[in-house]
Amino acid sequence: MVKSMGIRIDPDKCTGCGDCTASCPFGLIEIIDEKAHINEGCTLCGACQEACSYDAILIEAAIETAAISDSHRGIWVFAEAKDGNLKSVDYELLSRGRELADTLKTELCAICFGHNISEVEQLIAYGADKVYLTDDPALANHQEDFYTWELTRLIEEHKPEIVLAGATSLGRSFIPRVAAILKTGLTADCTELEIDTERRLLLQTRPAFGGNIMATIICQTRRPQMATVRPRVFKKNPLEGRKGQIIKVDFNKEGITSKTKLLNFVEDLTERVKIEDADIIVSGGRGLDKAENFQLLEELAAVMGAAVGSSRPPVDDGWIPYSHQVGQTGKTICPKLYIACGISGAVQHLAGMQTSETIVAINNDAEAPIFEIATYGIVGDLFEVVPMLIAKLKG
Amino acid sequence: MNIVVCLKQVPGTTQVKIDPQTNTLVRQGIKNIVNPFDTYAVEEGARIKERFGGKVTAISMGPPQAEEVLREAISTGADEVILLSDSAFAGSDTLATSYTLARAINKIQEYDLVICGRQTIDGDTAQVGPELAETLEIPFVAYVSQIEEIDNGYMRVQRMVEDGHEVIETPLPAVITVVKEINVPRLPSLRGLTKAKSAVIPTWTAKELGVDKNMVGLSGSATRVIKIFSPQRAYRGEILQGSLESQAESLINKLRDTKLI
Repeated sequence: MVKSMGIRIDPDKCTGCGDCTASCPFGLIEIIDEKAHINEGCTLCGACQEACSYDAILIEAAIETAAISDSHRGIWVFAEAKDGNLKSVDYELLSRGRELADTLKTELCAICFGHNISEVEQLIAYGADKVYLTDDPALANHQEDFYTWELTRLIEEHKPEIVLAGATSLGRSFIPRVAAILKTGLTADCTELEIDTERRLLLQTRPAFGGNIMATIICQTRRPQMATVRPRVFKKNPLEGRKGQIIKVDFNKEGITSKTKLLNFVEDLTERVKIEDADIIVSGGRGLDKAENFQLLEELAAVMGAAVGSSRPPVDDGWIPYSHQVGQTGKTICPKLYIACGISGAVQHLAGMQTSETIVAINNDAEAPIFEIATYGIVGDLFEVVPMLIAKLKG
Repeated sequence: MNIVVCLKQVPGTTQVKIDPQTNTLVRQGIKNIVNPFDTYAVEEGARIKERFGGKVTAISMGPPQAEEVLREAISTGADEVILLSDSAFAGSDTLATSYTLARAINKIQEYDLVICGRQTIDGDTAQVGPELAETLEIPFVAYVSQIEEIDNGYMRVQRMVEDGHEVIETPLPAVITVVKEINVPRLPSLRGLTKAKSAVIPTWTAKELGVDKNMVGLSGSATRVIKIFSPQRAYRGEILQGSLESQAESLINKLRDTKLI
């Protein structure tokens, strides 16, 4: 038997046909002397097993999935609040979470930390069967130490099988800590979530390499299966006449003190209209040439009631603050209308805006990749086109 | 101040493609580099050392050729480097990686601060920093854009969040991840390059780290990649024609027709 970790090739069955070599996402299978040979680095993903017509590939790690999944039930959504207001991503996750919970025939719960949070019942309207609400002045701000320990404690007590959270500044910072304490898997920035019903597994698809590659990831043997999802990836779907339960949880501060202390928060006030909430975004890139030229986009944004966004180069050069940045290392947005001015459309930028309903591109380079995804493209100098648009919209 | 900086060697481009014939990543001709976000971590480590004294130790987990990134770290300010390399570490996800890094940092023993880049450009998860902090059981601050003060076992930092920035105080030792706004990394000095060239890079294997084999590499990983594929790009849209004036006119009409404006 040729053996490499938990995967074996049965030499009696293997015909050396080579179907498996092409199926391996990592290119680890070679045909040597008319038998398949698996090189080091196999992740036991099973792609080759599916590709093999002769049942010659055996994976021994078909593992304790069942045992584990039996002890954990339910889908949880961490519902983030800031200054007592829930975030749009909470509802987006609940809407998708509702569908996943129905597929698994299990309950959907929202977990909410904060102080004096308004409209908590909205979490039920968007799909939650139960809301675990921990309301305490100590949780009013994003005290990440408290959030980490409280979420961990609740997960250990109630044992959900899936935990989802927004890939926001907060989520990306404290959710990995929860996963590390629980020694379970976490997949960042998912763009698709599906269920393998047979194995009760969450299929988590995410971009890697700056959006050039998509990968589907599972967490087979540990629970809960945890994932963060970028805002605006899923659509909000309010449901009629839903009923649910709000369960108040006491925050037990005894014996714990937050190690880190939030001393101050300074809001970025240049952002008159927040790009994550805007229906229309006018965005500028390297083609703007210098900081002062953002003024032109401000003007267009003002006549359209739009927010101003940016690709990465203007932020790198200090023309506009980071809070305006759209893309892989900035914000993901999904407005009704996105107008890209002087943006070439690097894949990292596209990753942040390509789901916008309508995309307009204005760029003097006809070969710019932004035109490939633009609904309407104008090949021309933005310094000519934008003033024309402003004049016509005003007129 | 003794500082540990964590580095990763990554492909020098994100323009990787999947070979449509074999469905595998095309890796030929791609040069490896230091993860760009980690260069800010090395620089910040060097600056803190210059202000407060101490030393900077750079560590990297990876195959033997990952020693290249450690040589680069020497040329730009690291005093000591350690490569964590063992075939047992192959296939690590963020959980197994942070466990392995934590074992190494515990073995280093004397440290006041651990600095990581905000995320890598290949995996893009931003998870190793926070998972490492929790494995070491020390405080964590993400997205640090400025170190305001270090005094008496405490550090005060600014960090960038979605809608502005926060000022946070943390006791030391702690783990922080840094963003590119924090500094402009220096170029290697001639002396640094010479030192880097001749440096002997110590390697710690699974045995030297005394790791639990079930917690490293593939067996220590909670997640598995089961499929990779190229993303579906949206459609090619309509390029407007005519004079710029008429294109602008036509664009506004189209947007008005679809009630977008």
